[in-house]
Amino acid sequence: VNDEHAIRPGAVGPAAPVQRDGRQVYDRGDTVCVIGAGGSGLTAIKNLREAGFSVDCYERETSVGGAWNWRHDRSPVYASTHLISSKPFTQFPDFPMPDDWPDYPHHSQLLSYFERYADHFGLREHIWFGSEVARIDPVPDGRRWDVTIRGSRGEQPRVLRYAAVVIANGHNWSPRWPEIEGQDEFRGQVLHAGAYSDAAQLRGRKVLVVGGGNTGCDLAVEAAQQAARCWHSTRRGYWYAPKYVLGRPADQANDLLRWLRIPLTLRRWLFARVLGATVGDHTRWGLPKPDHKLYETHPVVNSQLMYHLGHGTITPVPDVARFTRDGVEFTDGSTAEPDLVVLATGYRPVFEFAAGELLGIDADGRPDLRLQLFSRTHPTLAVVGLVQPGSGMFSIAHWQAVTVARWLRLMQSAPERAATIHAQRQGRPERRFTQAKVSDSSRHWFEIDHVVYLRALQRSLDELEVAS
Amino acid sequence: MSIKILRQREWALPPAPVRREVLTAAPADGTDAPPVLFVPGFGHGAWAFAEHWLEHAAERGFPAYAMSLRGHGGSGSAARTTLRAYVHDVTQVAASLPGQAVLVGHGASALVVAMALARYPARAAVLVSPVFGGAGAAVSALVRAPVVTLPAVFGRPLRPRRGQLFSRELPAADGRRYADRLGGASARAQWQLVAHSAPEDPVGDPPVLVVGSPDDRIVGRAALTAVARRYGGAPLLFPGMGHDVMLDAGWQEPIDAILDWLDKPAR
Repeated sequence: VNDEHAIRPGAVGPAAPVQRDGRQVYDRGDTVCVIGAGGSGLTAIKNLREAGFSVDCYERETSVGGAWNWRHDRSPVYASTHLISSKPFTQFPDFPMPDDWPDYPHHSQLLSYFERYADHFGLREHIWFGSEVARIDPVPDGRRWDVTIRGSRGEQPRVLRYAAVVIANGHNWSPRWPEIEGQDEFRGQVLHAGAYSDAAQLRGRKVLVVGGGNTGCDLAVEAAQQAARCWHSTRRGYWYAPKYVLGRPADQANDLLRWLRIPLTLRRWLFARVLGATVGDHTRWGLPKPDHKLYETHPVVNSQLMYHLGHGTITPVPDVARFTRDGVEFTDGSTAEPDLVVLATGYRPVFEFAAGELLGIDADGRPDLRLQLFSRTHPTLAVVGLVQPGSGMFSIAHWQAVTVARWLRLMQSAPERAATIHAQRQGRPERRFTQAKVSDSSRHWFEIDHVVYLRALQRSLDELEVAS
Repeated sequence: MSIKILRQREWALPPAPVRREVLTAAPADGTDAPPVLFVPGFGHGAWAFAEHWLEHAAERGFPAYAMSLRGHGGSGSAARTTLRAYVHDVTQVAASLPGQAVLVGHGASALVVAMALARYPARAAVLVSPVFGGAGAAVSALVRAPVVTLPAVFGRPLRPRRGQLFSRELPAADGRRYADRLGGASARAQWQLVAHSAPEDPVGDPPVLVVGSPDDRIVGRAALTAVARRYGGAPLLFPGMGHDVMLDAGWQEPIDAILDWLDKPAR
């Protein structure tokens, strides 16, 4: 019987008082600080605790679920949001979603899944709700962190010292607004998709949806059903993947082919045949021809877009050139007169509590992390969930959290070996974890292919196992 | 401890959903004890634990659950079931419980539970009279008990005899009643008992206890010791009992020992 994995690791003893900015610093010893209690934060807490760490998690909202909790102001979900990856890819690998749920659950089911996960593993007692992290500062020893917590109801800030910081603040909550000429002149309403919540907002209106991503396509379909008129503006041609192919969820069919080691070129050919046999050439509806090969952009999974294009309830239009007083002019010179423009133009990553150099953030706001996970300069700083897989999200966040926990364990149990590994990794250039060459647009900053990326995590875990 | 991340075959081909029977016994008072999930072995349903152990665990303050694997007891049937589908059944039920569960597997389901431990971070696990199978065990079973084992070669269910499951202490009427309720596992899963890869390492490093009887005529003492050694311990032995320690005359002693073990402070 092993007693190391005690349910409650030893309480942290007091240390000599330290000050930062005139405030008392409470030393939390070996405790790890997790920022955010959405899906990624929850799995960070759970896996760090499983590795024997005590954890303090700070969540600025008053409940778990992050982006997937529709009650949260910053949540981008709308009433009809469903998953676009099927259950086996989305769920935490050690906490399966119920069999009687559909292949593609609704966002409210995902929230209840996170709530059950939190209850099942007793995570809530480690979360400070309504507490926002104001800043994180590395302690001069280069290892530990002073974390300043802003009280929610005008309380005095507190400063606590942690052995490590795991950031899980999400990257789909700060809208990316495109700069479009003449936007101030336009008399209609302009909305970012993040502020869209319900089909009632579209009913009876003339709606232009801007953006060819998954949200843009979902909203175009919704507008096709609810609005008086729907235009859908995309910059380029895309490959639209159906949600089901070969009698199963498309991602399961795709992974079956990959498990059978079917090479990329053959899968591209097969995919084109499947599309050809169902919807056919979609340029006949006025959509541009894709200017890239399949798997070179983030997959857009939508079975209904083609249906509505075929029924004429969606009018495809090119990129927006400028707003006018009464409408919009497109790059091909055509015009439309929407009274509502929904910008499904994505989100940008924001780490307002961390100095840019901690995460290697460049002038465009793009972070540079090792394995898209670890700070390059600070071995006790990691970001979980800052990936955009062409597959489910939370199984990947789980394995990221496991990797972080193993790494921090090694730093505690064998600091010299950990230092050696860290130094070795310094010089290595980072690769892209994609199967095909992807575009470098900000939309694809965090793009990964789940198989390529999980293989890299597997290697990292194996390496840590050998080291410890 | 090695970990396997990529499981494309499982992602691409998840086991078919099925209705699962889960019997429950709740403690009278609120409790902070972890839920205990009993998983009966091949041929047995949740009833095998509902007879004694389920209520007894609840009386001692543990929220107790007993499930039936697919094709067993009150669970729905599924054709061409594999060990992987049984493992799926166990992780599905475990994840549906209110807290991190203790998994208790009996007979061949001790192997199913051992496999499930790689897919679900159990609070602890107990392997009761574990049948871990393997080619050697199959050959020796064929030699020692051809009447029981031979039909399985032709895809018929393994039907152990009363004398193997129970000691002489158990009233014959009870033994007959239990034996009448026995069903069978799928032929595929039975074959997989002979040839399967060893269970992967558990996730979350749970403590594992092995319980059995040195007089079990299905699982020999050497097999008990081998399984216990794999988890770094020695088996807890209850002499004079048959394979079905949860139904046999002396059923209370092993369950009390298991619950005492769970009550130790580290858990």
